[in-house]
Amino acid sequence: MELDALMLSRIQFAFTISFHIIFPAFTIGLASWLAALEFNWLRTGNPIYRNLFRFWVKIFAISFGLGVVSGIVMSYQFGTNWSRYSEFTGNVLGPVIAYEVITAFFLEAAFLGIMLFGWEKVGDRLHFLATCMVALGTLISAFWILSANSWMQTPAGYAIENGKAVPVDWFAIVFNPSFPLRYAHMVLGAYLTTAFAVAGMSAWMLLRHGRDAPEGKLAGARRSMSMALWFAAIFVPIQILVGDLHGLGVLKYQPTKLAAIEGNWERQANMPLRLFAIPDEAAETNRYELGIPKIGSWVLTHAFDGVVPGLKDVPPDERPPVLPVFFSFRIMVGIGFAMLALGLWSLYLRWKGQLFTNRLFLTATMLMTPSGFGAVLFGWFTAEIGRQPYVVYGLLRTADAASPVSATAVSASLATFVVVYAFIFGFGSYYLAKLLRKGPEPIEGLDEDALSKKPKRPFSVPDERLEGQRPQPAE
Amino acid sequence: MFGFGTEYEGLAFWLPVIWAGLIAVAVAMYVIVDGFDLGVGILFRSAREENWRDRMMFSVAPIWDGNETWLILGGGGLFAVFHLAYAILMPALYVPIITMLIALIFRGVAFEFRFKSDRSKFLWDNAFHFGSLVATFAQGVVLGAFVQGFAHDGRQFTGGTLDFLTPFSVLTGLGLVCGYGLLGATWCVMKTTGELEIWARRMAVRFLVATVVAMVLVSLWVPFLGRQIEARWFSWPNVALLAPIPLVTALVAYRLYRDLETGRPMRPFFLAIALFLLGYLGLGVSLFPYIVPPSLTIWQAANTVSSQLFALVGFAVVLPVTFAYTAYAYYVFRGKVAEEIRGGGYGYH
Repeated sequence: MELDALMLSRIQFAFTISFHIIFPAFTIGLASWLAALEFNWLRTGNPIYRNLFRFWVKIFAISFGLGVVSGIVMSYQFGTNWSRYSEFTGNVLGPVIAYEVITAFFLEAAFLGIMLFGWEKVGDRLHFLATCMVALGTLISAFWILSANSWMQTPAGYAIENGKAVPVDWFAIVFNPSFPLRYAHMVLGAYLTTAFAVAGMSAWMLLRHGRDAPEGKLAGARRSMSMALWFAAIFVPIQILVGDLHGLGVLKYQPTKLAAIEGNWERQANMPLRLFAIPDEAAETNRYELGIPKIGSWVLTHAFDGVVPGLKDVPPDERPPVLPVFFSFRIMVGIGFAMLALGLWSLYLRWKGQLFTNRLFLTATMLMTPSGFGAVLFGWFTAEIGRQPYVVYGLLRTADAASPVSATAVSASLATFVVVYAFIFGFGSYYLAKLLRKGPEPIEGLDEDALSKKPKRPFSVPDERLEGQRPQPAE
Repeated sequence: MFGFGTEYEGLAFWLPVIWAGLIAVAVAMYVIVDGFDLGVGILFRSAREENWRDRMMFSVAPIWDGNETWLILGGGGLFAVFHLAYAILMPALYVPIITMLIALIFRGVAFEFRFKSDRSKFLWDNAFHFGSLVATFAQGVVLGAFVQGFAHDGRQFTGGTLDFLTPFSVLTGLGLVCGYGLLGATWCVMKTTGELEIWARRMAVRFLVATVVAMVLVSLWVPFLGRQIEARWFSWPNVALLAPIPLVTALVAYRLYRDLETGRPMRPFFLAIALFLLGYLGLGVSLFPYIVPPSLTIWQAANTVSSQLFALVGFAVVLPVTFAYTAYAYYVFRGKVAEEIRGGGYGYH
């Protein structure tokens, strides 16, 4: 591996985008989580929701800030490090990226200020609207950026003129073949990332404070954990289904990537489901393979004797690096099934009435806090490394996409990014940990019995606010 | 048509002109709005009291994120409709752009981290100040390098990594620091009270003087950078048509100085913006229609008509809405920042 400007730019892009994606993956879900909390506050007047909102909004603000600053880096790197990619795709992807800026970024940014600082200036309802707009902005942003990414995976609606892609059909470009399922898969992934992070952090608070802590301290953690685990129990199975459908699209449009994911060298029917193997690219075979016969074909084609494409269908210089694709996919799927298991466990404990008391379960939930981040990251490794050696699948090789910049300049920038991100991330984690340790402010004078036992009132009944409990706006 | 010697007609002529206008507006918006909050950062470390710094930061905390979004729109817009310019300019400006990005990272996180820290607060004071300073200087260098022009073969940058760095681009870098400092100081005059306001007024006068000096130096230098620019300014009837630009600039600068002296609260900020726009206009006049000086025009760099139209539809529909809610966000946080920033602040942190 030669460390020329191309390789350095690839490392830099991989590093900066892996760092970046952690934050959107979290904040897409957190924004909706905040909207749900505030909706419940407006609906029930139960101070626990406002209290939770005020706690999670701080976590959100730090994560969002880190996402914004690392995102600006991404938007300029297309030009600084990948100018020939910009030249090739500019006619098609330029407008798509611009739509992201004008429809999503401004929306998020303008209403973020009101959401963070404006509650007592605009009142409850407008503030709730601002929260919803921020949540909507994150979803719109994901829409456009995944459209652009999907187009690079499954290009459509274009023609090639003078060695550049030019648009022919905008609808086909934006809604390219892999986009709908990739978008669903990513948004669900982001929501689940948040759900497991919220559940895990809440479980940690419950474990830490024990059963004797004041109710005002624990009620919020219980409510958060319960809501997040409901979400996980319902949506993990749906995510697995969406992932499976998305896989069928990969089989259809990116057969070589699929072959790498499966570690499948020969085109074959009755392909086994490989649970473990070490792909050997030099020998074009797998070592230590462990698989269940025929199930691989069945999962992919829904027929036991379905034919699955092999890596040897294409010459070696058209194949992605097999090992990282093979393993990152298995890590992602493994995490997914661990999530499924936790979701089912939570349902069982709920039924038994032990959701908040089973310490083994609380510990497991706490340990799953970072699981969503892992799944998202390894999912992206699968998608992006699996696309190699192309940056635009079948059209533009990564090697032909780089800028005419010097290796010295790129190595300097790469080193700077590594140091700066480590510094920023270190402090970000430190302040997040401080916030978590502090937990939500206790709700003073909370009527514990009323809060934990009273059934939810129907929507139409006027709020009977806990007198004097509703926090008044600060000056 | 219009003496630009282009063979482009109809949509192929007009779309790039419209888009050049829109991107110019986006960049101007950026320079004004992020200019003043970067300027607040430039002033930040000179502020004597912790309470002053708190108030200065609070005056921009709810809006800075939206302000910075115009920077993404400038880059994104260039990619969307003049991708060839984007592909040439970005590698040519590799060092200053990456420097700016790194500086903006430090500055951006400072907003969140500063209020959550106690022992490490000094770190984020410095991150905010030096992040703003370095980002501004880098932007000024980019501006200077842009005016100078770039070695390119029409598709790719062909020069060296450090070509951007010249005495002229260093001058524009320093000039922009003074200019943003002026915007930031007049913003503080408008948004704060008491001793802080008086101090901001004094700083504004200093930055005004420095800005005017920088503008004069740049104006004297620019015509001699390339023959096209010299011809544009000093040929008849251009001399007569363009003469009002420097004259009005001088008047605005004088008015601004008087307003700062006499204690007007809000007008200095808007006069500072006017000063910026006049300087910007002068540069626009010098460079149009080149998007990669000295030889690539907006028409040569433009994307296909379909791409420009597709993006334009979105801009026409969405941009007015964007302006509306951005204005609303500013309206929500109108008025002066309270003298005391209590723990609850704006109900957050």
